[in-house]
This record gives sequence, structure tokens and C-alpha cells, in this order.
Amino acid sequence: MNNFKVLMNGIVKENPTFVLLLGMCPTLGTTSSAINGMGMGLATMFVLICSNVVISLIKNLVPDMVRIPIFVVVIASFVTLLQMLMQAYVPALYATLGLFIPLIVVNCILLGRAEAFAAKNNPLSSFFDGLGMGLGFTIALTLLGGVREFLGTGKIFNLAVMPEEYGMLIFVLAPGAFIVLGYLIAIVNRLKKA
Amino acid sequence: MEYILIFITAIFVNNIVLSQFLGICPFLGVSKKVDTAMGMGAAVAFVLVLATIVTYLIQKFVLDAFGLAYLQTIAFILVIAALVQMVEIILKKVSPSLYQALGVFLPLITTNCCILGVTILVIQKDYDLLTGVVYAFSTALGFALALIVFAGIREQLSLVNIPKGMRGMSIALVTAGLLAMAFMGFSGVDKGLATLFGLN
Repeated sequence: MNNFKVLMNGIVKENPTFVLLLGMCPTLGTTSSAINGMGMGLATMFVLICSNVVISLIKNLVPDMVRIPIFVVVIASFVTLLQMLMQAYVPALYATLGLFIPLIVVNCILLGRAEAFAAKNNPLSSFFDGLGMGLGFTIALTLLGGVREFLGTGKIFNLAVMPEEYGMLIFVLAPGAFIVLGYLIAIVNRLKKA
Repeated sequence: MEYILIFITAIFVNNIVLSQFLGICPFLGVSKKVDTAMGMGAAVAFVLVLATIVTYLIQKFVLDAFGLAYLQTIAFILVIAALVQMVEIILKKVSPSLYQALGVFLPLITTNCCILGVTILVIQKDYDLLTGVVYAFSTALGFALALIVFAGIREQLSLVNIPKGMRGMSIALVTAGLLAMAFMGFSGVDKGLATLFGLN
């Protein structure tokens, strides 16, 4: 039951994108379509779960003074692993996400969760925290990507919903990312109060 | 001529924040006042140029030389973290006044993805060292420009009556969107310049 609460915390109450406002670079940079957003979200979730579990396992062995560099190395190792896996199995997605895959290392969500949760809790709860935060991030990115894809090209997940000529290209381009996320956060703020 | 082209492209056409989405965290986080924005911009320029030189040498003489290219991500982030620490310590001793100005921003820079992003991009684009440094410096100027313009707008914005739900991050993002739209006006300038310089 407790782990369930940890899981939901990441998805709803402390959603990394809409509430904590962490990891903005990939959020804005990779969400030109729903599928790209989801790919980025899942990639981040993979690293987040692995690093959370490992950091929680080694937390007692790590001297307090050097914990941040060690956490960063753990995260960077999993990112390298992910890079190799993606190059081997999903090269097309790897090419689209490009620079943002190695940049998962500097995503504040990962170090933030390592420091705030994994370093203080047991591996199982850390796993659920990683899963919850990862899912929250994935849902947010998919939503943002979906809205941008719909407004920009009239499609969602590549399925035509509206004739393409009604699409407003600006939403797929850079400015659309900022504007759509701005309004989504405003909507979430409104819903939180209700 | 090639350097001028890289310079203008990196600042206006492919602005690191507004069109490549790197370094968004400091862009949104330390852009409430023009003064702090300037400090952050200067600190990023300083570290970015240094980091580009160091990571370039490491890539060429360590990683490539020993066939360890897959360790790039780990190596670069460690080098950047160590470099930032070192710069902090050296600045404190050598130039206390500069440390006073940049000090608070330095620890924040380690997790600024524009540093790691640019150092990887320099390798990916296969620049030589001098071109890489020019690219890094102009990127940092582009970052500073976007940050300072944005901070100026936000200072004005704090005086305006904004609908409740839009306050804070929400209106900041929409403003950034409009700024990005303005910067889109520069698109195509790079191609025009390339033709002008006869580089195609």
C-alpha cells in the first residue's frame, strides 16, 4: 500500500513536469510528436528506475563527501548503456532524439530523485519512486507531444484526426513547445485548485 | 569568413535556448533580474569555452586514441564537474572580485545541459579546436543574449496584472514562446550569409 502511494506521488502529486518543473530541456526539445515524447519519457524512466535502485543499494557504502559525483557516475553509466541499447534496437528513434539521450545525465529529475529519495529509502520503494516519477514524466511528455502534434499537423500518434491543412505548423516548431507547455501548466494549476 | 558565419548562426539562427532547447533550466530559473542574468551569462561563457577545449583534447588524445569513444558521456560529465569545481577554487584565490560576480552561478553550471550539449555537439560536428572554441563562445553569447532579453521582459512582466492561473512559470513559458517566435525571424539568414561569403 505504501509503495502504491509512492508510485502515485510521482504521477500526480509531484509530477516532475507539471508540478516540480524539472527536466525542462527534453520536455521542450523532444515533444514535436506524441511518439517522440513517449520515447523520451520511457528512455528517461529506464535510467531513473535503474539509477534509483542502484543508488539505494549502495547508499551505505558511499561517503557523504563524494556522494554527488558517485551518483552522477551511476547515472552516466546507465545512460551509456541506454545509448548502446537504443542504437542497437531502435536506431530510428535514437536518431530523432539525438543529443537529448546523452543529456539525460544532466536531467535534474535523476539527480533530484537520487538525492531526495533513493539515498534515504530501501531499494523496493526507490524502484516504485523511479517508476512513478518516470511514468509521470512519460505521461506529461506524451500529452505535450500529442497536443503539439494535433495542433501542428492534425494527427495524434501519426493517425489523422483533422485534415492536415488545418494544422498550425508553429506548434511543431520551437515557439509552440513553450506556448503549449505554458498553457498546460496553467490548466494543471487550475485543476489543482478545484 | 567561416568563423563569422558560425558566430552569427549560433547567436541568432540556431539560438541554443530558443531553438535548440538546451539550458532551459537556468533560462527559466535565473531570469527574474537583468543583473543576475548577466552574471549567469558571463559564467556560462567562461566555463563553456574552457570545457570545450578540455573535452576536445580528451576526446582526441584519450578516448579516440584508445578506442574508448563509448565512454564519452561519462568522461565529459566528470570533466565538466571537476572543471567547474576547479574554476571556482582558482577564481576564489586569483580574482575575488570576479568570484563575487560569478560565484553563486558556478555550482549551477554543472547541471546546465548546454555545457554538456555543446561539448558533445563540437565532437559530433567534427570541428577542429579553433572552430570549436568559436562555436562554443558564440553559443554562450547566444545564451546570454536570450537570457538577458528574457530577464528584461520578465522585469516588466512583474508589474502587470496577470490572470491567477497563468502567474509564475506559465506566463514565463508563453513569453519565452513569443521570444522564440521573434528569433524565428532570423531563420534563413545563415544561408544568405553563406551565399554572400561564397561558402556553398
